[in-house]
Amino acid sequence: MADWCRVNIMKLFRRRSFSHGVHPPAHKDGTAQIPIRRLPFAPQLILPLGQHIGAPAQALVKKGQDVVRGQPLAAAAGAMSVPLHAPATGRIREIKSMLTSRGSREPAIVLDVYEASTQEVLWREKRNLEELDQDQLLQAIQDAGLVGLGGAAFPSHIKLRVPEDKKVDTLIINGCECEPYLTCDHRIMLEYPDDLIRGIQLAMRASGTRRAIIGIEDNKMDAVKLLAERLRKASDIQVEAVETKYPQGSEKMLIKSLLNREVPAGGIPADIGVVVNNVGTLAALGRLLPRGEGLMERVITVTGSGVRRQGNYLVPLGTPIGFILEQAGYEGGPNEFILGGPMMGPAVSSLEVPITKGSSGLLVLNEPSIRAESRHRWPCIKCGRCVSACPMHLNPALLGQLALAGEYEEMAHDAHLNHCFECGCCSYVCPSNIPLVQLFRAAKAINREKAA
Amino acid sequence: MSLELRTTPHLHAPDDVVLIMRNVVFALLPICAWSIWQFGLSALALILTTLASCLITERQFNKTNTLGDWSAAITGLLLALTLPPAFPLWMAAVAGFTAMALGKLLFGGLGMNVFNPALVGRAFVQAAFPVAITTWTPSLFEGRFSQFIPGTFTVPFTIPPEVAEWNSRVAIDAFTGATPLGLHKFEGISTPVLDLFLGNAAGSAGETSALLILLGGLYLAARKFLDWRIPLFILLGAGLTAGAFHLADPQQYPSAGFMLFSGGLMLGAWFMATDMVGSPVTPWGVAIYGLLIGVLTIIIRLFGGLSEGVMYAILLGNAATPLIEQFTQPRVFGEKGS
Ligand code: SF4
Ligand code: SF4
Repeated sequence: MADWCRVNIMKLFRRRSFSHGVHPPAHKDGTAQIPIRRLPFAPQLILPLGQHIGAPAQALVKKGQDVVRGQPLAAAAGAMSVPLHAPATGRIREIKSMLTSRGSREPAIVLDVYEASTQEVLWREKRNLEELDQDQLLQAIQDAGLVGLGGAAFPSHIKLRVPEDKKVDTLIINGCECEPYLTCDHRIMLEYPDDLIRGIQLAMRASGTRRAIIGIEDNKMDAVKLLAERLRKASDIQVEAVETKYPQGSEKMLIKSLLNREVPAGGIPADIGVVVNNVGTLAALGRLLPRGEGLMERVITVTGSGVRRQGNYLVPLGTPIGFILEQAGYEGGPNEFILGGPMMGPAVSSLEVPITKGSSGLLVLNEPSIRAESRHRWPCIKCGRCVSACPMHLNPALLGQLALAGEYEEMAHDAHLNHCFECGCCSYVCPSNIPLVQLFRAAKAINREKAA
Repeated sequence: MSLELRTTPHLHAPDDVVLIMRNVVFALLPICAWSIWQFGLSALALILTTLASCLITERQFNKTNTLGDWSAAITGLLLALTLPPAFPLWMAAVAGFTAMALGKLLFGGLGMNVFNPALVGRAFVQAAFPVAITTWTPSLFEGRFSQFIPGTFTVPFTIPPEVAEWNSRVAIDAFTGATPLGLHKFEGISTPVLDLFLGNAAGSAGETSALLILLGGLYLAARKFLDWRIPLFILLGAGLTAGAFHLADPQQYPSAGFMLFSGGLMLGAWFMATDMVGSPVTPWGVAIYGLLIGVLTIIIRLFGGLSEGVMYAILLGNAATPLIEQFTQPRVFGEKGS
């Protein structure tokens, strides 16, 4: 047997993964090879105060006030909150309710960008990182306004702070990017490896972990090789390829794949000694902290049908998606716009909705194959595909039947509804086109209301 | 510019109910064709009759037109394949009607039935017309494309004519009017396994060629339109049980190979027990369900009053499915133990 063949077979057997999940078409070719480009500043930026999970930030500026790029516009409202920095030099037009990607109206700072400005970062808070202890480092991370850039937008300083009663041994860096279409994390790993490695080292210090593992789906072997090469001398940071399968990038699945540990039902990764962060987040951390800057921009993948200049763009936070589409040469037509990936990203209802810290992509879909609503719905034929797809090993068929019968409490008590993290695998495979995730989301909402 | 708002996920796998059902029909067509080649015009008439009967019943009893999901067509074809080729057409029409009305629509239509509808129809006519359903005729007889088997056009509500005399006239070799299973059970004569495999034997219209059934089944399994674990466990259960008996007393009990390839076991294992609606969805449930059907089939064949047992075994498996599922719910990710 030829040598290469043996190596590949060994790889197959050792392929790290979790059980169940689905293999949607990747659709990454259009953008994966295109270097990150910077997008110009939109004339007006819309900055919701609640871009993260937790308490919305408190505005520090007033209508009509001039601000410089990098200046804090809003302060963290307590521990479970992060500040917001000015993505551009300009003048505050107003603070009012604006439509956000969550589909609701939320208070936001509207910033008129100075067109004449060079848009240099004019506000910094430099610290000597070497001297900071763990708590001060976490404080610096909070002050940078950093949240999970993979989509969850969970404040990073909370994620990295290990609860006192727990012992954590491993930091996992999530470079899976398992959502179809998205390639921004892939590009970040290829183009900002030094920022990323610096960020990992800082995150290890902040969380007190001795070991870090970067988990990357094996459809991005170029990133695996590049990082492994850079990390040859760092014995405490490993790079591991994991199987390309959705939702490999969900925390629980990635931990299972890399360490064969299961986060207990209803628990957090720290319960089993793990902290997880996304590559984009740590690359931003490694870039911002040494400069003393706050989070002002992020990389997003702009892709989908009708987008002429698909690619990954460095976009100031608050840029309305309409402006991005214009810049990317969008040709128009009746379409669906999704912030993030197609499996979990919300569809937006207006082109004025801005990019926020948690937006990882802007996806334009108009294939007839995805018109779920216009697809015929059949009764559940008990094919079991959803059961074989659910990464949480739930029984979505049973949950679906209970939901249609209105038995929402039974769903929670007898069928583990609350373990469902709405990954969408069940809806994706259902040949009867039953909108399972939608039913589960509604059931959870009803149960929450009843409990309140 | 118009915006479309939908909920996640925004992607969907290409398979839907129609695609699955249509492919099951495609996989059944070669088996039907072989049946017609073997038994001639009568088999063709039989297939068309059950098909029409099932489709008409489905259409009549549903408010909306559900023929488009192809599931009634599957029942129609499957039903014909389980009936003797000489089965009177009017009885076949009754079988088709009961299959759909009793087996499916009474439960609430697609997805709601507990039992495989085709088997409900077949069980009904087995009870109602015990003689006609065990009247066998030789395969590959001469003139099968120019004449019908006597019995095919029996006037409704009358007894079909005797075929023994006709059988001896058309059969190439001596034909005793029994299937390989019957021959073995009641007369102690074994049919070579290769003949069973290729389909050179008497039997129900579509049960005789294990080869074609296997090909159709494997095609569906490869495209993930049926759960390959179910036939695997059925054949495993049946093979092991039959093998154990054969080892204990090779004189009395036939070999595992004979048992696997004779009668309706192959068709049942690949096309009827795998009916998604009546089979479990849980991984362990599938194993238990399959083994149960396999073992039961052999027990009924060896010790029951009938020479064939697969139909009742599958119906029992269908009935046990809710219970099996209850005890085999998968361990939820992150929960302790199982
Ligand atoms: S959405 Fe929920 S039920 Fe469906 S596959 Fe994902 S975790 Fe399982
Ligand atoms: S995938 Fe759809 S049709 Fe199949 S068992 Fe699940 S809910 Fe039922």
